[in-house]
Amino acid sequence: MNPTLETQPVNYVLVVKKDCPTCTVIEPVIRSLAENTSLSLSVYVQDDPSFPPNLDCVVDDSSLEYSYKREIEVVPTLIRLNDKNDVHSEEARIYGWDKGQWQSFTGIEELGAELVDFKPGCGSKTQDPGMSEVLALRFGEQILQARHVELAEAEDIMEACYDRGWSDGLPVVPPTPLRVMRMLSGSEREASEIVGNAPPDNVPCTIEKIAINAVMAGCKPEYFPVVIASVEAALQDRFCMHGLLCTTYFSSPVMVVNGPITKQIGMNSGINALGQGNRANATIGRALQLIIRNVGGGVPGGIDRACMGNPGKYTYCFAEDESDDNWLSLSMDRGFQRKDSVVSLFAGDGLQPVLDQQSRTPESLAKSMAMSLRSVAHTKLFGMADAILVVCPEHRRVFREGGWSKAELRKALYEELKTPGSEIIRGADDIAEGMPVKLKDKMLDKFREDGLHIVTTGGTAGMFSAIIGGWVASGERGSQLTSQKI
Amino acid sequence: MQSTTTLLDPTAELQTAARQLLPRLESIAGLTVGLLDISKPRGKEFLDEVQKHLEAAGAKVKRYSKPTFTRIAPTELTQQISVECDAVIEGLAD
Repeated sequence: MNPTLETQPVNYVLVVKKDCPTCTVIEPVIRSLAENTSLSLSVYVQDDPSFPPNLDCVVDDSSLEYSYKREIEVVPTLIRLNDKNDVHSEEARIYGWDKGQWQSFTGIEELGAELVDFKPGCGSKTQDPGMSEVLALRFGEQILQARHVELAEAEDIMEACYDRGWSDGLPVVPPTPLRVMRMLSGSEREASEIVGNAPPDNVPCTIEKIAINAVMAGCKPEYFPVVIASVEAALQDRFCMHGLLCTTYFSSPVMVVNGPITKQIGMNSGINALGQGNRANATIGRALQLIIRNVGGGVPGGIDRACMGNPGKYTYCFAEDESDDNWLSLSMDRGFQRKDSVVSLFAGDGLQPVLDQQSRTPESLAKSMAMSLRSVAHTKLFGMADAILVVCPEHRRVFREGGWSKAELRKALYEELKTPGSEIIRGADDIAEGMPVKLKDKMLDKFREDGLHIVTTGGTAGMFSAIIGGWVASGERGSQLTSQKI
Repeated sequence: MQSTTTLLDPTAELQTAARQLLPRLESIAGLTVGLLDISKPRGKEFLDEVQKHLEAAGAKVKRYSKPTFTRIAPTELTQQISVECDAVIEGLAD
């Protein structure tokens, strides 16, 4: 037995809630500990300070401050203190009801002799769903650094977000501190960590600012790692986000997500994958756009000088269909493995269909696709814009059944697209637009060497592939597809 | 939940937190300025005077009036002014 027990009262703290059957079962034990002169006890009650009735040592912890600070996970929890004047000077703790354990922990041999030997406890109220962020805001270390914007009483909260210029035109979810705390819980990253400088204002972009904008975009916390990775990709020099934002051309980030996370968070890589209706696809793509708008300061008519823009500037994000193990994914093309979760950003715009319902051989289908790819940016402009060829599952099947790999498809497309300069120079076909005349004797490639990316997505019915045209400043002089592991 | 009236600023905080006024015009020469009479007595005489000053400064002036000073301007009227004018001056009281 602990010798100090014989010389001075040892302080104990017991945390209970009335709603817990174990706590009510041990009520006689609580009473006997409270009456025992060899120790002194405080009972912190999470839900009802009238429990147990008529005990002087009960402390109302319905605010859960004590339970939060002592990280109580189970009730009942019995804590032995080092210093009887400090309820946080914990020496040891036990939880649930285990008769032998309670007897040795308190040094009282007959404690609860009439009760069952063992009864597990219940979850502490601090563990209720959504409670941890509420308590962290109330009692925890202050981790949110963003400026607080206090709304006037008469302000409509949704209108207030519009009025302050935070919206892309659609309603945003108001970024309350609690929602931002919950978003931050979706990642292990520190709120204060600076991910990089956001263009065009070139200001430090913290994990917290990303979280605020992810909340506004409508993301769930589980999407947050994908959003962070997308920002990390966007801020890499090779992606050229600043220039992409400023361009008068249509382009904007197009996001392709690969790997296990797409299934974990329920992204759509099937029917209508590039359309509306999936929360993850819609909100992850939107979050990146809002970050560029709000943190970077890139607003249409300001630094964003797009002549027309494109609807994907609200959001443009989808998952790849990776159901065919023998067909490399986009992220595998970029050097990652199937098990990696990866975000890839492409400076692109729009969606141009490639309808081919007749081709049943890889040769015919590749020629058919090449013919459509010729029109990226302009049929007479070569080597200017990259592209993503989005192959639908039925078209992929044609290639697979014909024994073609993705590499063979890409090779065939490059071959098919090779064109004598004389056919596409300025003035050819009586069209002023075209390649510089000095290239008339060269054989020209439509796409630079790393300028044609192939992705699979979409429903299993429909021989409809598609082209996402790239920015006309593709490559090292502008933007290159940029992948970031999540 | 008390936090519904406090939001976290999603921006880089380069601007003040208060709502921003629209950019002020640097000059009204050659621009169209609307004068909105809220329909209180003697508003016309006052706005006639204002109009003279504006025209002297090179502005074109268009006149509008609210059906009654007791209510906010009808949406059609505010839309008409926003389409036809670069700036508007509205009398708010006697």
